[in-house]
Amino acid sequence: MGKNLAEKILQRHSPEILRGPGQIIPCRVSLVLANDITAPLSIDSFRKMGAKKVFDPGKIALVCDHFTPNKDIASAEQVKKVRLFAREMGITHYYEGGTSGVEHALLPELGLVGPGDIVVGADSHTCTYGGLGAFATGMGSTDIAAAMALGETWFKVPESIKVRITGELGPYITAKDLILNLIGRIKVDGALYKALEFSGPVLDRLDAEARMTMANMAIEAGAKAGLFPVDVITLDYCRTHGRNDLNTLQPDHDAAYCLLMDMDVSGMPPQVACPHLPDNVKAVDELKEIRVDQVVLGSCTNGRISDLRQAAQIIREHKVDKGVRFIVLPATPKIYAQALEEGLLEIFMRAGAIIGPPTCGPCLGGHMGILAGGEKCLATTNRNFKGRMGSLDSEVYLGSPYVAAATAVAGRIIHPERI
Amino acid sequence: MMQEQKTSMHFQGRAHKVGDHVDTDAIIPARYLVTTDPLELGRHCMSGLKQDWIKRINRGDILVGGKNFGCGSSREHAPIAILGAGISVVIAHSFARIFYRNGFNMGLVLLEVGDRVKAINSLDQLEVRALDGEIINHSTGETIRSLPVPEFMANILARGGLINYVREKVG
Ligand code: SF4
Repeated sequence: MGKNLAEKILQRHSPEILRGPGQIIPCRVSLVLANDITAPLSIDSFRKMGAKKVFDPGKIALVCDHFTPNKDIASAEQVKKVRLFAREMGITHYYEGGTSGVEHALLPELGLVGPGDIVVGADSHTCTYGGLGAFATGMGSTDIAAAMALGETWFKVPESIKVRITGELGPYITAKDLILNLIGRIKVDGALYKALEFSGPVLDRLDAEARMTMANMAIEAGAKAGLFPVDVITLDYCRTHGRNDLNTLQPDHDAAYCLLMDMDVSGMPPQVACPHLPDNVKAVDELKEIRVDQVVLGSCTNGRISDLRQAAQIIREHKVDKGVRFIVLPATPKIYAQALEEGLLEIFMRAGAIIGPPTCGPCLGGHMGILAGGEKCLATTNRNFKGRMGSLDSEVYLGSPYVAAATAVAGRIIHPERI
Repeated sequence: MMQEQKTSMHFQGRAHKVGDHVDTDAIIPARYLVTTDPLELGRHCMSGLKQDWIKRINRGDILVGGKNFGCGSSREHAPIAILGAGISVVIAHSFARIFYRNGFNMGLVLLEVGDRVKAINSLDQLEVRALDGEIINHSTGETIRSLPVPEFMANILARGGLINYVREKVG
């Protein structure tokens, strides 16, 4: 029996012969990640484990991005703890201040993750790197501490669901719409303990950033990983970001899957996830007169340059509605600089947007755009759990950058073609 | 504190039911993640579900969840907040993957029971024999068996959690 993508990558990193799903195997890891919220707990566990040094100071990334620029004394103390640990251990990839950005946008940009890698991170959206053909998954801080000390971890080999995407992408239909549609169909626990593997002719139309947007939200269906095959699109992306990966990676023709799904995207309208779960997905036109108080463009899902370009295309020559705060957060300093050079930031400013620093900020209800009771927000982020962005009585809707920009202009959730 | 709680693996307490898909933002909202202190986190346990949920909890009570309990972020603060609130056992229809792993690592006892979770009502008096995977509902007289724990994870628990497990390896 052949191997699917998850099995192929896991086998490369494990000394044990992989027999199939359910088996628990040890694996060497390529990179270990933690952030300003999760690293402090990892550091505590690391010390309790009696570990004196990390397995490889060049293979650990500590990214301060959640509450940064530090929102209060307590978060500043947490960052200080991470900084001192990074210094003590000689960790090369420590990011804070002007070098830092939202971790899952930053690491691919720096060429730190790529095809065939195993990446474990103390952050559930570590699965983003599946867009580049890495087996990447989120874990808790203590698992991450163990991986920092040992350079290895254990996995239960997951079953895989193969999603074959066919058809023609319509105007304004993005990776975000595809993944929201899929989550709406299989639900938030539809891929629990499993890997999602994407395939089909539409992949040729999805660039690496789009693939990362989709892989990013695999966890929103409960998946352990969301995997794309490695093709010329992946290899091109990696080359321009300082890696020299040479080999494509495809599943075997006789690989086993627990489920085969077909997804025809022809005629699909823009999708919006309504409160309070990412699987409460509707076509944008089904939503009638949902007025919003805030729109957020950013995050590890949709804060990349292609996302900013899409939103700018809609909002150019328009104004943000008077009752709306439109918050734009380029996900990394490099994206920020590029948006500046391309004139995108000027377009947003002239429209009346607020441009903030690269940070997770409001995505997790951290800072820089918290909602009051009764307020509604349309965000390009990935989670709309109750209270995620502020008050327990606020509401978050999830959509693409096109829908976000259109909503900012109209003051209500609206199809981008109506702007 | 967390290492000691699992030695006996035999618990008694009142059930507190919550619904399906209780996410980690509900268990401990992000604004409280500026500390790693279990007692401080415990004070805000489930405040993303209901602001003063914790007020109805006594130490030793047992949390009973629906499907996909603990979905969402990887924050280990979630099992720590539950332990910090004085809850040592969570029974659920099913658990989200990262939460399940974190729970074991932190020494929180997790029992997956599928549809049999319906046989437990809020405030039922429960007895949990974790090693046998047995839940006795003294209010209804019913006994529920949980799904077996993977052997590898049982080994980690037997060593007193992941920290001790790794300590042996690096030591
Ligand atoms: S942008 Fe949001 S989802 Fe992504 S890492 Fe930050 S808090 Fe998590």
